[in-house]
Amino acid sequence: MTATIGYSSVLVALLLALWGIIAPIIGSRTGRERFFASTRAAILGQFLLVTLASSSLIYALVTTDFSIKYVAFNTTRATPIYYRVTGLWGALEGSLLLWEWILIIFSGLVAWIYKDRHRELMPWVLMILSTVSAFFLAVIAFASNPFESVFPVPLDGRGLNPLLEDANMITHPPLLYAGFVGLTVPYAFAMAALIIGKLDEAWIVTTRRWTLTAWFFLTMGNLVGAWWSYHVLGWGGYWAWDPVENAAFMPWLPATAFLHSVQVQERRRMLKVWNLSLIIIAFSLTIFGTFLTRSGILSSIHAFSSGPVGTVFLAFLSFVLLGSFGLLAYRADHLKGQPELDSMVSRESAFLLNNVVLVSALFTIFLGTIFPLISEAVVGVQVSVGAPYFNSVTVPLFLLLVFLMGVGPMIAWRMASWDNLKRNFLWPAVASLLCALVLFVWKIRDFLPLLGFTLLAFVVFSILFDTALAVRARHRLAGEGIFSALATLARRNQRRYGGLIVHLGIVLIVLGIAGSMGYSVEREATLQLGEALTVGRYHVQFEGLRGSQQPTHYRVEAAFRVFNQGHELGVLSPALKFFPNQQSPVGRAVFRSTLAEDIYLILSGFSELQQNRATLKVLLRPLLAWLWFGGLVIVFGTIVAIWPFRQKGRGWRMEDGG
Amino acid sequence: MEDRRLRIARSSIVNFQSSRETMHWRRVIITLAIILPLIGLLAYGFSRDPRYINTPLIGRQAPPFTLTLFDGKKISLDDLRGKAVFLNFWASWCPPCRAEARDLEVAWQQLKDTDAVFLGIDIQDTEKDALAFIREFNVTYPNGRDAAGKIAVDYGVWGIPESFFIDPQGRITYKHVGGIGSQIVTAKLEEAGRGVVTAKEGKGTYQSIR
Repeated sequence: MTATIGYSSVLVALLLALWGIIAPIIGSRTGRERFFASTRAAILGQFLLVTLASSSLIYALVTTDFSIKYVAFNTTRATPIYYRVTGLWGALEGSLLLWEWILIIFSGLVAWIYKDRHRELMPWVLMILSTVSAFFLAVIAFASNPFESVFPVPLDGRGLNPLLEDANMITHPPLLYAGFVGLTVPYAFAMAALIIGKLDEAWIVTTRRWTLTAWFFLTMGNLVGAWWSYHVLGWGGYWAWDPVENAAFMPWLPATAFLHSVQVQERRRMLKVWNLSLIIIAFSLTIFGTFLTRSGILSSIHAFSSGPVGTVFLAFLSFVLLGSFGLLAYRADHLKGQPELDSMVSRESAFLLNNVVLVSALFTIFLGTIFPLISEAVVGVQVSVGAPYFNSVTVPLFLLLVFLMGVGPMIAWRMASWDNLKRNFLWPAVASLLCALVLFVWKIRDFLPLLGFTLLAFVVFSILFDTALAVRARHRLAGEGIFSALATLARRNQRRYGGLIVHLGIVLIVLGIAGSMGYSVEREATLQLGEALTVGRYHVQFEGLRGSQQPTHYRVEAAFRVFNQGHELGVLSPALKFFPNQQSPVGRAVFRSTLAEDIYLILSGFSELQQNRATLKVLLRPLLAWLWFGGLVIVFGTIVAIWPFRQKGRGWRMEDGG
Repeated sequence: MEDRRLRIARSSIVNFQSSRETMHWRRVIITLAIILPLIGLLAYGFSRDPRYINTPLIGRQAPPFTLTLFDGKKISLDDLRGKAVFLNFWASWCPPCRAEARDLEVAWQQLKDTDAVFLGIDIQDTEKDALAFIREFNVTYPNGRDAAGKIAVDYGVWGIPESFFIDPQGRITYKHVGGIGSQIVTAKLEEAGRGVVTAKEGKGTYQSIR
């Protein structure tokens, strides 16, 4: 019954989506407004139906209705209720439904918020959203149906992959999907502008908050994924440049580039074609990402169930790429007549350089990801591209980006005068060079880390210095104290100060990455009972093995007492978990985190329980905690940037002027 | 006079339009030239298995091993010097292995009086299931279980069934991933006997190992 309700909702929603594609075309041919209005109704109808379908699947999961194959494969009677709900995105079929659900929620919001605005643009925006929705609904209905039944009905289900039974898996996939899906909105506006040939800045101004929201979700999705990898997977790392990770990261790069370059278009009406291309690329990469993870064409450490959807996604990807770039090429004449750059030393050129760097990073990561395919197709040689390639190529690019992060927000538009440069950058530059000197004298002698830390200091100093000047000005002007001056500044210029806070968050993330990449220490040893291993300031003493039968698995724990320079940190017990239906054990690492460094313990092997011998791997990862802290700062910065503060007499500001 | 000017102006408009037209086409062609190969490349991805790794072993000495057979006897690869060896990795849970089992026995019946040796290595399996498999398909050539999985690792087995042909000097002459027919077994064993190396590996239906 539940399955019938769910599946028929999907089918009817698909019909509505198809109508949403056709109606604007008929409407524009016949000039009848009714057809445009029906497009909006079609979107809202899809919203209700897909919500119903998703609710049915959640209901089936919660009530363990094992007559549905998806439920039988992704829950058991023993699964706690919250993991039953998250079973919705535990496998391919359900996550596609979740994707469609988020998409249609966003589309519904767009249809509702812009009900009386953008009369020309909206039918086409809704048509593009309906097209994407129709694709996903068709995939759900015909290629990977989550409501497929199973007969005979099993007594108990198979359950989630044990690695996914973790709190971070509750948030990571929905965040990432929200980021992916969020990019559909600016894409739809861009395409609508291209279709009607009205290529002013309206679509950019309208979608600014959407883009920023999508960017925020993408950032968080990637960070939570990294945190999960560090926290659960038990290998001590958080990023492996695996194709699947790259697929989630790649849309972030053009999205970030887009956030910056649209400001140039708003201010100077430049880069029109470029911005359109960026949003097309960003959107295509979200489809490409799903294609990559679900088609199984590249080998990945992430085991995803891959169904027949790979081909369908490839077909849709080619449709999107050919359609969008074809339209862009067709309309390119309307996009001419842009003013030239006035000076190489200006904010425009800093943003432009930022874009070039981000796109180069995207290109190198993309190339590295699909290189195994190219190599085999062209020369027939199998290769794999690993972290060394990605690190050596992207690290210089990201360092340049950090430098630009210090320069871009402070430098003047059009043409920076010598005076402007001196006023904004002299003191930050001096301070960061002093910082470099201190670090050098202290102990950091390698070139890249030293350069990295200096640049980070430069960004921080330039932001602090600029803000301090502004606060001082307000103090003199309005007699405000420091904090109220800061609050006024942030409220008056949300975008700028929100952006600067996000930059500080990025600085912390880079700090965490630089510290943990450049200065981590690894030791591995086999210890007898009572023996100890000394790593850096830490002393790790082995206190015995213990085996226990858990509800779902057998667990072997090893207890280690950890001392930091004689000061006891307590007992850490990394474990290996043996699940009955898995060949190799699942590790459970444990770590202690401080602002200075993390100590991370992995049990990599053990003897017979009686012999009490364990092989232990100890990792020290300096500064890593700052990476996660940076994520929190980005949350705060994004809120500052997009929070719709109530302005007197203006109501909610959904579209701010700039 | 006027007329001529008008004509020049008109023709230049036409020229201008046609140059815009070609601009148009040029842009479309450039767009296609970038996107189509990319899509082609991704589509090509479907034709291959990313876990499929060409073996570097063909033409090299076969990694030595000692296998305990199901009847308790031990057999070591070194003992088989001077004979052409057909080595077959399998498991009872693997459908393509079941599909080829009868064919292999047929080939063995034809060749068992020659100098050729057949050896089956069971991996990732329980002894009980493996013995049931042997009984079901009436397999009479020697078989043993690689309980620790060490032989499979040495031979880089990643999908089964996988078959190796070894010449009398102990060199691997051919490798076949997936189900193999009795004709290929006979032909390749004959080639192995003469020391003929086939660098390109064969491919049939296979199942990735767990």
